[in-house]
Amino acid sequence: MANFHFELVSPERMLFSGDVESVVVPGADGEFQVFSGHAPVMSTLHAGVLRIAGNAGAPQRVFVRGGFADVSASGLTVLAEQAVDLAEVKTDQLMQDIKNAEEDLADAKTDDARARAQSILDGLRALQTAVAH
Amino acid sequence: MASLKDLRNRIASVKATQKITKAMQMVAAAKLRRAQTAAEAARPYAEKMELVLANLSRGIGPDMPAPALLKGNGQQQTHLLVVCTGERGLCGAFNSSIARLARDKANALLAEGKTVKIVCVGKKGYDLLRRQFEKHIIDFVDLRAVRTLGYVNAQAIGDKIIERYGKGEFDVATLFFSRFRSVIQQIPTAQQIIPAEAPAAGGAASAAAYDYEPEEGAILDDLLPRNISVQIFKALLENQASFYGAQMSAMDNATRNAGDMIKKQTLTYNRTRQAMITKELIEIISGAEAL
Repeated sequence: MANFHFELVSPERMLFSGDVESVVVPGADGEFQVFSGHAPVMSTLHAGVLRIAGNAGAPQRVFVRGGFADVSASGLTVLAEQAVDLAEVKTDQLMQDIKNAEEDLADAKTDDARARAQSILDGLRALQTAVAH
Repeated sequence: MASLKDLRNRIASVKATQKITKAMQMVAAAKLRRAQTAAEAARPYAEKMELVLANLSRGIGPDMPAPALLKGNGQQQTHLLVVCTGERGLCGAFNSSIARLARDKANALLAEGKTVKIVCVGKKGYDLLRRQFEKHIIDFVDLRAVRTLGYVNAQAIGDKIIERYGKGEFDVATLFFSRFRSVIQQIPTAQQIIPAEAPAAGGAASAAAYDYEPEEGAILDDLLPRNISVQIFKALLENQASFYGAQMSAMDNATRNAGDMIKKQTLTYNRTRQAMITKELIEIISGAEAL
């Protein structure tokens, strides 16, 4: 199976750049799998898990949230606002984070702070669901 | 003339100052390295974003309806200036040169009869602009409590700006920050973020057979607000690197100046001391001769 070039970029840094066999992308209109020679597609991302196959050095499952994927002749580029390698997630740490976020939400006084705390909590919960699967 | 004790005190105090400036320089150097790596690490994302945006906006013809964030709302009346500066001083002309650029722009706009609104990011810029533009400043973002700049900080600022734009509070937004060229060179820059400056056409990129999921307009609507946040994030990182660069060279200068001053003071001190010894000797000798 031919490989293609895959890049995973978050605003803070480039997480992965290299050749892979296939990537499953959680698109806004449903998951799709990209192989070499895929037709050019541009899609926004849903919170979900990127599944990468065919490169031992690459992270296998990466949780992404917010952003978009760009499939072109030169390969696949995923720009994710938040990207977490699931292999590096520690469950008890995550539980603790969620608890903290819940407390933050309960403590939030202004609408602004509440909305911010809620979005952080939503992100963590989505991550938790991803880890559980 | 100052007494010996005065001189001694003065030398001691300059020495203490030199120690502080030296330490600050070294801290700034270490932080600069980190800020520089962060700025470089953030570059691929911003570049990719621009590329994708250029691809998308090329697909939109001049007669097609375009999102307001890209093409503007057809007005130029109210300008929003987003002024990003440092949170601290002791960094040479870093803060004041950004503030000056913003001030010049604001004055020019006011002279044209336009309305100016200012959002300050960073305490120093707020302090500098407050005196002249008190009633124009509509918001002030304090980043002092932030230890490491994250994308979330930029996103918070970006969301607020977009919300204001949605409410029709302004027509054009410009971002002011300092571009990091090198340790001794930081360039205050003004960058228009709303409407997005037309990305330079890349030419060869294939605009043709792209599938969009969801359709083009929806993607663009999703993408443009993100782009604002990304641009702000980039500006903040550049700013931080520039700040530490400016602080480093300012503190380097200060250390050198303190060194010069110590040298001069020590010379005066030794001269005065010698003069006193000579005077005392003369007194003793002439006293002995008189006997």
